[in-house]
Amino acid sequence: MAKLTLADLKKLREAKHAEMNPRDAAHKDVQIIVGMGTCGIAAEAKKTFDVLVDELDKAGLGNVAIRQTGCMGLCHSEPTVEVVVPGMPPVVYGKVDPDTARKIVNQHVVRKLLVNDHVYDKPAADIVRK
Amino acid sequence: MQATQCDAVTEIVENAFAAGATEIRLDWIRRGPRLEVTVRDDGRGMDAETRRKALDPFWTDGAKHPERKVGLGLPFVQQAAEQCGGSFALESAPGRGTTVAFAFDLANVDAPPAGDVAATLTELMAYPGAADLAVRRAEDDRTYEVRRAELAAALGDLEQAGTLALMKQFFSANEAEIRNEVQHGEIDAG
Repeated sequence: MAKLTLADLKKLREAKHAEMNPRDAAHKDVQIIVGMGTCGIAAEAKKTFDVLVDELDKAGLGNVAIRQTGCMGLCHSEPTVEVVVPGMPPVVYGKVDPDTARKIVNQHVVRKLLVNDHVYDKPAADIVRK
Repeated sequence: MQATQCDAVTEIVENAFAAGATEIRLDWIRRGPRLEVTVRDDGRGMDAETRRKALDPFWTDGAKHPERKVGLGLPFVQQAAEQCGGSFALESAPGRGTTVAFAFDLANVDAPPAGDVAATLTELMAYPGAADLAVRRAEDDRTYEVRRAELAAALGDLEQAGTLALMKQFFSANEAEIRNEVQHGEIDAG
């Protein structure tokens, strides 16, 4: 296979833009934030990040933002993921393995339902700035 | 220590972003059984005392967690490198940036596995911070280079899921190329 160049990449991006649908636009203010500190990395947060990318892309939600941050203080429950959906309170999820990451996309983002058993509510008290 | 070579690279590059760099250069080179990674940044740098403390797992600068006393990233990378017959070096000066270089002997039974290089480079390119990240990857004599600014020019917002998926496609294709792997399914760039 030939190398994929930056010019190819630009064309792929334009093709993707052209097929954007209205449903996609509805999710443009959704943010998913993955804790990528040493504790997250040790708990395979990179896999979680990767699954989120694939699952959102597959669901046609290509304009959801996936950001990275440091440790949210919940090192005992990594990987941690914060989900910000307009109209819902921001939620920090813990122990987000690949299956839970898929549920976050298909349940929380798409259907606006919390993913039970993984809700940690907010970052640890000692790291929140007063 | 970190589970994979990719995890070790992530730690060091994240540190470079955290140092407020404007320019980060990552050389990630495998030649034969030797992996050599160098991360150079032009961030704030460290004095001799801080440089020494940075390798202590029970020290942190306190910027992220005022009440916690661990900082495991660098010490883990040093441990992983030294445990598999590799090497580790940290050079830094205030105002002049930091260079971290580590090597693994991949023939050593204690060398960590590679991990997912394409996914790792995708994440690092989207890591928050103003720095332009320049990456050079090599597997023996096959190589490619790319900068974050070039990817941003081609793709726009690097933090969007759709863009991240395209970036991963870019890195997967280039990784397959330098590893001489045949990828199934053609990519139609239209």
